[in-house]
Amino acid sequence: MSSTTSLARQDLATRDLKVVRGGWPSLAGGGVLAAIVVFLAAAPWFVFSPGDVTNLVTLFALIILGTTWNLMAGYGGLVSIGQQAYIGAGGYGVIKLADVVGLPIPVAVVAAGVVCALLAIPTSFLLFRLVGGYFAIGTWVVAEVFKLVTQELPGFGGGSGLSLTAFQGVDRVTRIATVYYLALALAVLVVLATYALMRSRVGLGLTAIRDDSVAAASLGVAVRRSQRLVYVAASGGAGLAGALIAVNGLRVSPDSMFSVQYTAFMIFIVVIGGLGTIEGPILGAVIFFALQQLLDSYGTWYLIALGAVAIAVVLLAPKGLWGLAARGRYEVFPVGHQVYPQGSPQVAKSVDFE
Amino acid sequence: MTTLLEVDAIDVAYGDFRALHGITLTVAEGETLAVIGANGAGKSTLLKTIAGLLRPSAGQIRFDGHNVSHTPAHRRVREGIALTPEGRRIFASLTVEENLKVGAHGRRPGPWNLRTVYDAFPLLEELRTRRGAHLSGGEQQATAIGRALMSNPKLLLLDEVSLGLAPVVIADIYRALPTIAEKGTTVLVVEQDLTQALTVADRVQCLLEGRTVLEGAAAEVTREQVQAAYFGVDASEGREAG
Amino acid sequence: MDWINAVLQGLLLGGQYALLACGLSLIFGVMRIVNLAHGVLAVASAYLAFWLVQLTGMPSFLTIAIVIPVLAAVGYAIQRGLFNKALRHGELSPLLVSFGLAVIGANLLQEIFTADSRKISIGDLSTSSVELGDLRIGVFSLITLVVAVAVIVGLQLYLSHTRIGRAMRATKDDPEAATLMGIDERHMYALATAIAIGTVALAGVFLGMSTQFSPTYGDLVLIFAFEAVIIGGLGSLWGTLLGGLVLGVAQTVGAQIDPAYGVLAGHLVFLVVLLFRPQGLLPKAVVA
Repeated sequence: MSSTTSLARQDLATRDLKVVRGGWPSLAGGGVLAAIVVFLAAAPWFVFSPGDVTNLVTLFALIILGTTWNLMAGYGGLVSIGQQAYIGAGGYGVIKLADVVGLPIPVAVVAAGVVCALLAIPTSFLLFRLVGGYFAIGTWVVAEVFKLVTQELPGFGGGSGLSLTAFQGVDRVTRIATVYYLALALAVLVVLATYALMRSRVGLGLTAIRDDSVAAASLGVAVRRSQRLVYVAASGGAGLAGALIAVNGLRVSPDSMFSVQYTAFMIFIVVIGGLGTIEGPILGAVIFFALQQLLDSYGTWYLIALGAVAIAVVLLAPKGLWGLAARGRYEVFPVGHQVYPQGSPQVAKSVDFE
Repeated sequence: MTTLLEVDAIDVAYGDFRALHGITLTVAEGETLAVIGANGAGKSTLLKTIAGLLRPSAGQIRFDGHNVSHTPAHRRVREGIALTPEGRRIFASLTVEENLKVGAHGRRPGPWNLRTVYDAFPLLEELRTRRGAHLSGGEQQATAIGRALMSNPKLLLLDEVSLGLAPVVIADIYRALPTIAEKGTTVLVVEQDLTQALTVADRVQCLLEGRTVLEGAAAEVTREQVQAAYFGVDASEGREAG
Repeated sequence: MDWINAVLQGLLLGGQYALLACGLSLIFGVMRIVNLAHGVLAVASAYLAFWLVQLTGMPSFLTIAIVIPVLAAVGYAIQRGLFNKALRHGELSPLLVSFGLAVIGANLLQEIFTADSRKISIGDLSTSSVELGDLRIGVFSLITLVVAVAVIVGLQLYLSHTRIGRAMRATKDDPEAATLMGIDERHMYALATAIAIGTVALAGVFLGMSTQFSPTYGDLVLIFAFEAVIIGGLGSLWGTLLGGLVLGVAQTVGAQIDPAYGVLAGHLVFLVVLLFRPQGLLPKAVVA
């Protein structure tokens, strides 16, 4: 890389420096997460009831939604309040792909995600004419159009929606297990794919966009192209989540699948967990899920409280709970680099270049 | 003469970078002080701090007999401090006349109104319906000064009036300064242009890297002294601050 | 004849959209904030008026005299207490805060007034109309359109010719330079929001007099108001009026083709404008 050579040419003591990405604290954190995933994979056999297992699919869908919404808003600087367009398209899509085309459920779910990503490409050319808050409402209009069109399309059940029939004749345990493992696998894959993306060149560019989009553009980061990539990927993720929600609930309706409520959930998850980090949305999804399980009986008051908490976090702890906990120093998914003098990697926090 | 402005040993920092180190300065009522220095000497920082856009981390600013260190910028205007900022900062979508009227937002009484500003800068009357976005640099500068005067300040802070302007335009603008002083307004000019600064000022204070290196009556300091202080070479030949 | 009638009814409906949209336009124009709580505030105004009528039996139109100042005060407080603080964290934060407010508002309304649909009674006025040949013009729709035009003209005059209006435009151009003119930026923003939410309150009461509303109706209000603003052109109040009219006509003409296509036709016109004229129909015509 040219930057390395120019550093060397300037006679900076590069050989005395050690560049670390993550290090053992991150490995330890990753190990804990891997252990949790293994536990979740084994759990249905000895811990959870079928009802719990079905609920956990919702958690995995929320992790996917939070992670991909954060990819857009936290890294791409695109605040969408219309991802329910793809949640709905994914939900309806998976039912059509499984029941009409006859794809096996896991293939149909993944294919629904791909379809949503493809739908997002032409849509992005329309929406990217709007910036900032106007982009946000524009995405909502698109979601409304998706909903109205779905209602009007022949064979989509109008206002009452569709039921999934592909699972008919499959026994309940097999069905629940299939959806559970599919959801777990997809949640893990989406998080890992996001991590891989953020460690790539594109990710570096996105981090620059997050910090200052004008400066990033002036340094040659293809802002629009990176944002489009992120939008398409996130929409595919929303499609996956929608497909999982549909095969988990066995039926879809326009009002439930295209509900702006999903956007509220995604925003709470990401904002409360920590915008612009990979860990934040996972933490946020777990907190949100736990609160939902505990407080669901309070109905509207629960949503009022969530709204108030989200506002408080935005104003008082803009980096979210993960930001408060890790203080920017600790990453389970190390995206950035730290520079240490050779030999004492955990002691020094900054380096004197003199 | 009574003291109007007293800047007492202020430190100002942008994050970790300290832009001003213990600057002390006084301006008497009715006089014109020129603060000069090269780029990065801390002149604009000093004016912004006096106007209230920046807060000193140490020291005190006293204006008209009381401490204004913690008064927000918009209230300092009402107490009689006006700044024509670096870069002029004309309101682009407003016409020249609207810019001037906004200057009078605080409704401080005094000699300056649309009529007297137009008399001092006849150019502005011709341009009164033109939008800020369509003004040349010199026109913007005249508007900026007129706009500051509309607040009827006791103390007018002028930041780099000459920056980026043609000499003939600079001369035009400086020609208006005596009129301003005649109406009783105290003026603090910050300049890189020594010649202009020395002609209008009663007193000169020279900054270098955030410290005062030379101070004296404009008539008494020599060009050589000022130049030495300006560039930080042979500062011993100039009269040290204090 | 049906088509001419559809266009005419669309123009009348458009008056309501324009009235609903000008507050959104103003807040964005001055502060670059997209207020996602806009629709909820309109519906909350309708509920407040409804509640006042229920409680006191006062004439429906008189509630405006109470609802506008109350909502303007709410707007001032939201700006001072939340948006001004959020603005310091960048442009994302006000958007998220306003979304949080929208969620809180809609659910609070549901908690207080239940999810049932309501309507503010205006007696005979809701059915009375003037005949124009074969065409019938609803008197109340006509009043709404006239009020919309009056509000937009009034806002325009206020911004152009008053001391506070000038200060608002100056603050919009350069907030820091405005403080050097003795303008308190935070107060000025709060005043702008107060005025904007005041117009939202007026629009909300009119909305509640013309249609059935429920706590979630704010979603549609926000979308329609937004479409009107974008169709007309950002930062232009006249554009917002035109955008409202275009949206209204699109919806009624769409509904004439098939009643199910009304709202969809409005969305499609919005998307077509976005595609071929993203700057809107009347961009930068006037300041605000």
